Amino acid sequence: MKKTELSASREARPSQGHDNGVNRRSFLARGVKAAGMMAAGGATGGAALARAAEPIGSTFPAWSTVIGAPFRGYGQPSRFEEPTKRFVARAYGDLAPGTGSARTPLEALEGVITPNGLHFERSHNGVPDIDPAQHTLMIHGLVKRPLVFSMASLLRYPKISRTCFIECAGNSSQNILPAEPLQLPVGAVHGLVSCAEWTGIPLALLLQEAGIEPGAKWLLAEGADSAGMSRSVPIAKAFDDAMVALYQNGERLRPEQGYPVRLLLPGWEGNMNVKWLRRIKVTEGPTHTKDETSKYTDPLPDGKARQFTLGIEVKSLITRPSAGMKMEGRGLYEISGIAWSGAGRIARVEVTADGGTNWQNAMLEGPVLSKSVVRFRLPWQWNGSNALLQSRATDEKGNVQPTRKAYKEAMAVDSRFHNNTIVTWSVDADGSIKNVFA
Amino acid sequence: MFSHKHLAGLLGTTALLGACAAQTNVPTQGPNLGRVASADEVASRDISIPPSGVGLPAGSGTSKQGAAVYAAKCQSCHGEKGAGKPADMLVGGIGTLATGKPVRTVGSFWPYATTLFDYIRRAMPINKTMSLTNDETYAVSAYLLSLNGIIAEDAVMNAQTLPQVKMPNRDGFIDYSLK
Repeated sequence: MKKTELSASREARPSQGHDNGVNRRSFLARGVKAAGMMAAGGATGGAALARAAEPIGSTFPAWSTVIGAPFRGYGQPSRFEEPTKRFVARAYGDLAPGTGSARTPLEALEGVITPNGLHFERSHNGVPDIDPAQHTLMIHGLVKRPLVFSMASLLRYPKISRTCFIECAGNSSQNILPAEPLQLPVGAVHGLVSCAEWTGIPLALLLQEAGIEPGAKWLLAEGADSAGMSRSVPIAKAFDDAMVALYQNGERLRPEQGYPVRLLLPGWEGNMNVKWLRRIKVTEGPTHTKDETSKYTDPLPDGKARQFTLGIEVKSLITRPSAGMKMEGRGLYEISGIAWSGAGRIARVEVTADGGTNWQNAMLEGPVLSKSVVRFRLPWQWNGSNALLQSRATDEKGNVQPTRKAYKEAMAVDSRFHNNTIVTWSVDADGSIKNVFA
Repeated sequence: MFSHKHLAGLLGTTALLGACAAQTNVPTQGPNLGRVASADEVASRDISIPPSGVGLPAGSGTSKQGAAVYAAKCQSCHGEKGAGKPADMLVGGIGTLATGKPVRTVGSFWPYATTLFDYIRRAMPINKTMSLTNDETYAVSAYLLSLNGIIAEDAVMNAQTLPQVKMPNRDGFIDYSLK
């Protein structure tokens, strides 16, 4: 596991509204003054005078003196950011190499938009290599006219763009099932959530063209991967905000995100946002597929299980500082994290540094969009003693993020889906940060 | 330790921006570019099987026939007689769901036998999906149901009999779709 050092220059940034005498203006003023002193030293020093006749190039890094890399058709991250990558978990190893997930490295990212190459992926039998010229989307079932759309025809439709999160219903299951907390970066445990701007066609538009028949209450959405992923969706969602998505953060979908077309159900469990969408069947009732019966249901202690718990509940977590990082001595740090809710906008994120005795409202960085990730920030003066960091989100419907203890009491011992419970980071006096259950 | 003097002002600003961003124009009229699908085309693509069994194909299979298919194509992942490992356990666990050690298998947890046929046909075996015949799919379904003690060893599974199989946990789910 890579240890991420908290850089003082990045963390001790001045933030608006804190009261310990540091603000943006004084930082900037100090910067100007320092630069002036350096310039003055350079002009008056004897060594600098001796070099005055020499070209200045030798005093600058090589990259400032040679022709840089040529242009390329598709940009890539700096080679120095090579360690910033997704955490790959393959449940069955080589037996089923496409079954598992790649988790967003939340600890390395900022803002709310997940870069496309780092968006989480959960696939059930690998990523299909789909030729868009051959792929079609069929809409049939309880419709007046069963229709087949080519990808070229879909691209001609009027579109909408929307920023929203997708979270796998199984995200954070590894923070609810184990008896002892895993010591992994936050993304490796909670990284089955990402946020992007999606562009596509309102599903309602395509359903209207097919013509919905009376009695239609559900849809069956099916993917073209070799798992044939299929999920039932209440038809009301189609007429609310469902989208047939073609673009992600401005470019066509990545293969692992469902190229050439996926279903987008803002705020609902990731598994239902069927990738590689090939078929939508309008039905009277749910189809009760494998992934809405044996999986993605929520067992209770009495033996029953909740089915079709479709919405993602309010959730937040601190991404920095977080497990595996190391504090660099006492001083000012910024607590930075993400919050989201499938029920709408995030109304408030509270942060505690003492395990929940005292809570403080964090700043929400706007715009705060419905069913999108929002970034929260709070300056924190670390005095070098033990601390228990937690965040607790509330959404506009008044839903409050629960404790891990409350989940464990309410659900069956092996319940793992929809874990939106509060995450706790323990900061020790030596600056090390651990994942703990509290 | 924490403080945020301007919090109220910041929240007010973000709420306003959020409200503006939500006012997008959602198109309500499309160019009608869909091609009407033929009945044959729909039939060849419509492979999902609901609990009613509507859409189940012709063909049939028994547990005995299924045992041979299972041994050849399923056992390497799902273990002998559905015992599991490395992939999911398929047999056993009936009566354990309300205990402190629930064992969730096809037999103990799945509410509908039609789901078994649907899933095996579309997604198994994982290294060559959609490679079983309808007879083989019925047979493997029969084998797993029989191993779980849900149907008799000599029962024939087909489009008529499979939807009639009552799974032990049929009433074990609470529908939250409207909650």
